[in-house]
Amino acid sequence: MPEIAETAAEAVSAVHSGATVLLGGFGNAGQPMELIDALLDSEATDLTVVNNNAGQADAGLALLIKERRVKKIICSFPRQADSRHFDEAYRAGEIELELVPQGNLAERMRAAGAGIGAFYTPTAYGTALAEGKETREINDRNYVLEYALPGDVALIKALYADETGNLVYRKTARNFGPVMAAAAAHTVVQVEELLPAGALAPEAVVTPGLFVDTVTVIGTDSGTAAAKEHHPALRSQGSKTTTAAEGA
Amino acid sequence: MNQGLSREEIAQLVARDIAPGTFVNLGIGQPTTVADYLRADQGITLHTENGMLGMGPQAAPDETDPDLVNAGKVPVTELPGASYFHHADSFAMMRGGHLDVCVLGAFQVSATGGLANWSTGEPDAIPAVGGAMDLAIGAKEVFVMMSLFTKDGTPKLVPECTYPVTGLGCVTRVYTNYGIFHIDDDGERRRPRLVEAYGLSAEEIHNRLDVELV
Repeated sequence: MPEIAETAAEAVSAVHSGATVLLGGFGNAGQPMELIDALLDSEATDLTVVNNNAGQADAGLALLIKERRVKKIICSFPRQADSRHFDEAYRAGEIELELVPQGNLAERMRAAGAGIGAFYTPTAYGTALAEGKETREINDRNYVLEYALPGDVALIKALYADETGNLVYRKTARNFGPVMAAAAAHTVVQVEELLPAGALAPEAVVTPGLFVDTVTVIGTDSGTAAAKEHHPALRSQGSKTTTAAEGA
Repeated sequence: MNQGLSREEIAQLVARDIAPGTFVNLGIGQPTTVADYLRADQGITLHTENGMLGMGPQAAPDETDPDLVNAGKVPVTELPGASYFHHADSFAMMRGGHLDVCVLGAFQVSATGGLANWSTGEPDAIPAVGGAMDLAIGAKEVFVMMSLFTKDGTPKLVPECTYPVTGLGCVTRVYTNYGIFHIDDDGERRRPRLVEAYGLSAEEIHNRLDVELV
């Protein structure tokens, strides 16, 4: 059973200086903004961060970079119209960048979560991003060897969790959540609501609770939007849940 | 000089040529405009790399949803039959050859279908690649939309890419303001073939390019 953290600060206390942190989200969708804010307020520094982007405007990851607490970022698309803090740190040589094609980034984390040490992928073969990497021809096609990318801690956002840590997501906010949850040694999730065991339909669970270590409840716009709908993972009221006693 | 087709007209030709019933990814920027010209009766299913099939049009300002965006992070809508999935599955759809067509922009396309669209290679540029390399090698067919020449008249369909490449031998069609090229494999090598010309004659296009056309 996951630990239930009362505050975001408590939830991110697992992030120590020098850690590799997987940060979920694609743009604002699925981004655990409140957990990242709590990380900003913590003492953690000298971090390696994995995220699709490198922070925007004056918020979240961009501020961690501005404070020079990110020594290395592993991402696919650092340059954006308002990525000025990353741009400045990069040009000053004060942050290391490992640029990874987006699908390789996702697959490297998937491999880490699945116990695969490395894999051959056709993506980036013959390009600057494959320079110095092992290659291999398999059935007349050229591949590049890419290594798994595990994290010490994942900070992700889901819609609902139940007490056993099972997670469901909302629309495209799912993005990196499931792969990061599996790829990290310790997974911290912010959710809109924490439900009793049995409230989520087992067939609709996306991330099984086994991958989840810490859950904290934080209301955001996602919860407001979800409240206007009926999420298919929510068991309708009155549906029968077999209790342990009945099952015995 | 005759400029050939407008960007909107190029998008219309791409939309016309996408086979009915296919699964298609439209890249960020100009390729996104192809969606405006797809007809409902074509039955095209749009994929967005951040984790959705069955993507609908851009959301109206009062109907945006923080959790429903496209690869350009623009709020979009879902169509009946849509599905959501995580990032590793989304890129498995590309890499695994399950997408029929992707449409991308380009700085250059080489005569053998090499694509350069992710970096200008300038020393002080901040590199960013996103899903471009995964898309280039993943989809069964890669359509490029670009102008045939730069503003100073330099061809963008070239013998070899001089910009950093995104993928080798991956482009199957090039839609430009002056014409459509198919890059065919004649059994020995891949070569571009001019199939439709606009604004310039086929001979003028041949003369202005430094590549051998079929």
